[in-house]
Amino acid sequence: MVRTTSDSKRIAGSIDKIAEKLSKDQREVSVSEFFEKNRHLLGYDNPTRALLTVVKELVDNSLDATEEARILPRIWVEVKPSRADRFRVMVKDNGPGMTDKQVPLALGKLLYGSKFFRLRQSRGTQGIGASGTILYSQLTTGKPTTIIASTGNGKTSYYELMIDVKKNEPEIVSHQFINDGKTWHGMKIEMEIEGRYIESRQSVPEYIKEVAIANPYADIVFDGPNGKMEFKRSASELPSLPKEIMPHPHGIELGILRRMLKSTKSRTVSSFLMNDFTRIGSGTAKEICEKAGIDPRISPKRLEIEDSEKVFKAMQKVKLIRPPTDCLSPLGENLLIKGLQKEYNAEFFAAVSRPPEVYRGNPFQIEAAIAYGGELPEEGSVKIMRLTNRVPLLYQEGDCAITKAITRTDWRRYGLSQSGKNVPVGPAVVIVHLASVWVPYISESKQAIASYPVIIKEMKLALQEVGRRLHRHVAGKRRIEKQKKRMEIFERYFPVVAESVAKLTGKKQGPILNKLKNIIKKSKKAVVDGRSKKETKKSR
Amino acid sequence: MGEVKKKLKNLGEDVLKDINLGKNPDINIPVRSLSNVIYDEKLKQLTLGDKVSRRYLFNVAHAKRFMQTMLVSAFCKELQEQGIHTSLRDLFYALKRTLPNSDENTFDEQRESDPIIVDLEVMLDVLREQLNLNADVRGRVVGNVVVKDRGDTINWSKLGSGGWAIPSNVEDIQIKKVKSKYILVIEKNAAFERLHEDKFWQKQKCILVTTQGQAARGPRRLIQRLSTDFKLPVYVFTDADSYGWYIYSVIKYGSISLAHISERLGCPNAKFLGLTISDIDEFDLKNFTIKARDVDIKRAKEMMKYDWFKHKAWQKELKLMIQRKIKAELEALSGRGLKFMTEVYLPKKIKKKEFLP
Repeated sequence: MVRTTSDSKRIAGSIDKIAEKLSKDQREVSVSEFFEKNRHLLGYDNPTRALLTVVKELVDNSLDATEEARILPRIWVEVKPSRADRFRVMVKDNGPGMTDKQVPLALGKLLYGSKFFRLRQSRGTQGIGASGTILYSQLTTGKPTTIIASTGNGKTSYYELMIDVKKNEPEIVSHQFINDGKTWHGMKIEMEIEGRYIESRQSVPEYIKEVAIANPYADIVFDGPNGKMEFKRSASELPSLPKEIMPHPHGIELGILRRMLKSTKSRTVSSFLMNDFTRIGSGTAKEICEKAGIDPRISPKRLEIEDSEKVFKAMQKVKLIRPPTDCLSPLGENLLIKGLQKEYNAEFFAAVSRPPEVYRGNPFQIEAAIAYGGELPEEGSVKIMRLTNRVPLLYQEGDCAITKAITRTDWRRYGLSQSGKNVPVGPAVVIVHLASVWVPYISESKQAIASYPVIIKEMKLALQEVGRRLHRHVAGKRRIEKQKKRMEIFERYFPVVAESVAKLTGKKQGPILNKLKNIIKKSKKAVVDGRSKKETKKSR
Repeated sequence: MGEVKKKLKNLGEDVLKDINLGKNPDINIPVRSLSNVIYDEKLKQLTLGDKVSRRYLFNVAHAKRFMQTMLVSAFCKELQEQGIHTSLRDLFYALKRTLPNSDENTFDEQRESDPIIVDLEVMLDVLREQLNLNADVRGRVVGNVVVKDRGDTINWSKLGSGGWAIPSNVEDIQIKKVKSKYILVIEKNAAFERLHEDKFWQKQKCILVTTQGQAARGPRRLIQRLSTDFKLPVYVFTDADSYGWYIYSVIKYGSISLAHISERLGCPNAKFLGLTISDIDEFDLKNFTIKARDVDIKRAKEMMKYDWFKHKAWQKELKLMIQRKIKAELEALSGRGLKFMTEVYLPKKIKKKEFLP
């Protein structure tokens, strides 16, 4: 399946290090076997989190598939208790679906796909993708997963799938391919898993809500144990489809280089460097080989382990142009604001997209947005939404670069209260989005962004800009409030002034009071129209 | 219509004109601070310059005082219409009330309404007395003098131990007979009582006035009238410190805050009798002095800059006080014996005419 290519390369990266280490001197461990033994590393460590991870993987998958096919996503999510500690999870989308043959390969096998090493911004942050959820279901309930798919050609595939853990191969429990004439396209995956359902901060409904904000062009229906929630789309344009790029030599790790050397189609090291990486021309390729002391004409498959290390080191030493940044697809200020407006009834919204930057050869882009005031609660800390490639992060908030960037920003000067370097307090929601072809997580559970100085710096710049816009709003609001208060003061004195002037002049009090009120009416209008300057001058 | 009443009406009409034109109504009040007070060397008087401050209704900093000024003006007009008098304190209570839909009062303290009355005096060029407002009674007098007040004939020499309480408004008092050579103005009540008991005014043929602190308008006007109408010298007797000396200067030249009526209250021929810092050495009072506080010193330093304290005798006394950081109260004289003041200090000073200008 198309979508697993992007997932697979993520998996390749995340599991690569561990799996490779484990398998070095032993017999080959299948990725499925590895998953079975190390599921805690991949978001399946407890029933609460496992339920969230399953929903997350399936929803992320659906969003990636629909976006890639340039279809406005409509996603149904169902989570219903089946029996004690077990839930039936169903996710259905209106994506491109997949062909009958693809289904078992794409879902019944981990790390399926050939183009492992190309980079493109995608979701798939949760490790092992849809096949991982099938494996988890199988591990906890022993039951197969039901998959229904169609590409819109009038035929529907029905599968009951399990995974042969030892071989990392699909195990087809049942299969039907029916020419039913139905013209729908999309996928429906349904499984039973062990889990626990909650509705607090780190929960399925919170995740769905944040997904709806981060993807405001998606229609999402969530039918949970406690009823149905509908998140309507507020935008009808999809963000641009990110381009795939080859990895930048400064952004890869030794393990990945070795895998690339093994699987490349290039026949010489020199052409391997030029074809399988971005920003390497013949000159640079030659330079790398010279620095590594390697003959550029030999086959990459014949490079010894020590040689590959030399090549790796040489690649880090050469000067290179930065990677291209058109591989990024930020949400954009418009969608960020639309997303927030959808779920929060606030009085002020602002969003900022920073220009792309690069960390260790990986292009990335930071976006920040804020919703302020209105019906947001005055008390308590500002709500933080952390997004990577439009996927909300719910765990490990304290370790995340986003949290650090927020607490290291001085929010007091922007109109929020903040004690020391803590999360600011006030009626606000702050979103920080990191879009990148390779998100640097601090651990395999992929819930916190590593604190690279350039990433923190970009985040702070984005936050400061939304902060400044917030300040302008808050200051303007305060000015109007101050003006209103002034008017109130004047009005409070009117009766006494009118009465006294009436006594002094022997005229009637009522008309004097009305005249005074008329003067203030004009001034009030001036304040509301923002033309207060003239009036203030007058009243000085 | 009385002149005062007319002025009050004009004030109201000016404000009303602005309101009718939709303008921000304002009133002009001559500034009553040191910056607008001029010392007239020739007249030996503090007079008001021509600086004027404008008080607007539609200005947050002015609005409340504008409202208060209107309120007090209207009240004064009613006093005029009904031909009755009242005290500053009564005015305050009569006008203090809570504004509708708020917890704000028209006035919270008398300290707020008193300056508004002075504003009115300056603005309309009338006296508080003409507005039918009396200050609280303060100050007493004894001596060989007969006056007539509201039809009663009063002999100041026949009022027992208390003396005559000087009313706040002495304009209508007729001075019938004066058998005295000079007026001794005493800052403190205790010293006044001492001198009264010792029959000092009989022996010395003088009039004793106590101001009981800073001189109120009644006593000041009375002293001025006695001294000008009967050509009596005025000697002022206060504590040896910056505050006592300032009391003297107010009696002589007028005050900064009431510079607009110096001409009616000032007593340019008044002389300062004591106490001075020099007296401490001359009369051996060293053991009875008090350490001057920081505020006393600060005040002394300010006073050194006032034009009417520029005389070198005064500069010397102020400098002495600042340098030695001491002061002495009238009671210090009692340290040398209870009758030292009556029998030694005052007679000697007056006889030798050891006065400061």
